[in-house]
Amino acid sequence: MHVPDGFLSAGVSVATGVASAGGIGYSLMRAKESLSDRLAPMAGLVAAFVFAVQMLNFPVAAGTSGHLLGGALACIMVGPWAGTIAVAIVLVVQALLFADGGLTALGTNILLISIIPGWSGLAIFFGIRKFLPASRGSVVAASFVAALLSVVIAAFAFVLLYAIGGSGNAPVSTVLAAMLSVHFLVGIGEGLITAMTVGAVVAVRPDLVYGAHDLMPELQLGSDVAVGRS
Amino acid sequence: MTATRKGLAAIVIGGLIVTLGLAFLVSPLASSSPDGLEKVATDEGFIDTAEDHELADSPLAEYGVDGVEDESLSTGLAGIVGVAITFGIALLLFGIFHARRPKADGASQTRASATAGSARSS
Repeated sequence: MHVPDGFLSAGVSVATGVASAGGIGYSLMRAKESLSDRLAPMAGLVAAFVFAVQMLNFPVAAGTSGHLLGGALACIMVGPWAGTIAVAIVLVVQALLFADGGLTALGTNILLISIIPGWSGLAIFFGIRKFLPASRGSVVAASFVAALLSVVIAAFAFVLLYAIGGSGNAPVSTVLAAMLSVHFLVGIGEGLITAMTVGAVVAVRPDLVYGAHDLMPELQLGSDVAVGRS
Repeated sequence: MTATRKGLAAIVIGGLIVTLGLAFLVSPLASSSPDGLEKVATDEGFIDTAEDHELADSPLAEYGVDGVEDESLSTGLAGIVGVAITFGIALLLFGIFHARRPKADGASQTRASATAGSARSS
């Protein structure tokens, strides 16, 4: 999904740059308010994990691969502010050190890979959770659907930018159909990875997962949690 | 409280070990087919509008370490370097935030949990 330089016009790149700067600036402000002593190491871990898993392209169709975007995962894990910052850090490291994602397209990529899938994914996640019982299984199921849809939404957002200032000549409707169909498949992978990751942490410490902090670990007599909360 | 922190440390360290394992051992096995956007750009004829990356000559460009012949090792090492740098930057940034935050008093804690509560119920 990393957009290289040249795909989109300079005007679009400036606009997405401004939008991303605004989104990240706002996130920095809000993260400062809400950062707890356990969020900092979790946010660092989430950033590192997203970097690693973004390297793991999985095949989705003949001659096509996909990889995790991680926006929804990060926001479900550490909240919308720290989550978008964590994935933005990944994108900056990738653009500056690994020549992945264009430099003038950095704003576009932060928008398409961090902010849009992160915030839309988290909204969908909580929307789904409202209709499900408060359980770990619900959190995992909501993570899967939210992450899947967040990729489709990000693909749609790219096509919107392409419609405004794409350098290519292909009609928007065919680009839209191609982007949505392939990213639905990528989204299934995104959903599985997100659900597995969130599920693994929720199984041991639901209180460490932003999207599940209403679920407390099962209380056992003498467990550290029971002691910690008494 | 101490016990809770130990649990957090165990999870972060365990998570980092898994992350490093994925970056070093699994990344060389990743599919090298074009990703969704590249494939669509190729099929729809606009892949050539992509410009070369300004930093294409960087020593870690395209997730390989310059000078390491073995392709799997090169990819794996690039993964480790990337994970370490990303974790370092994130920890530094979030750590600075946390250090700068006013000492947690009752009021700010109440506000924080109220924010969390409204986010949950929204």
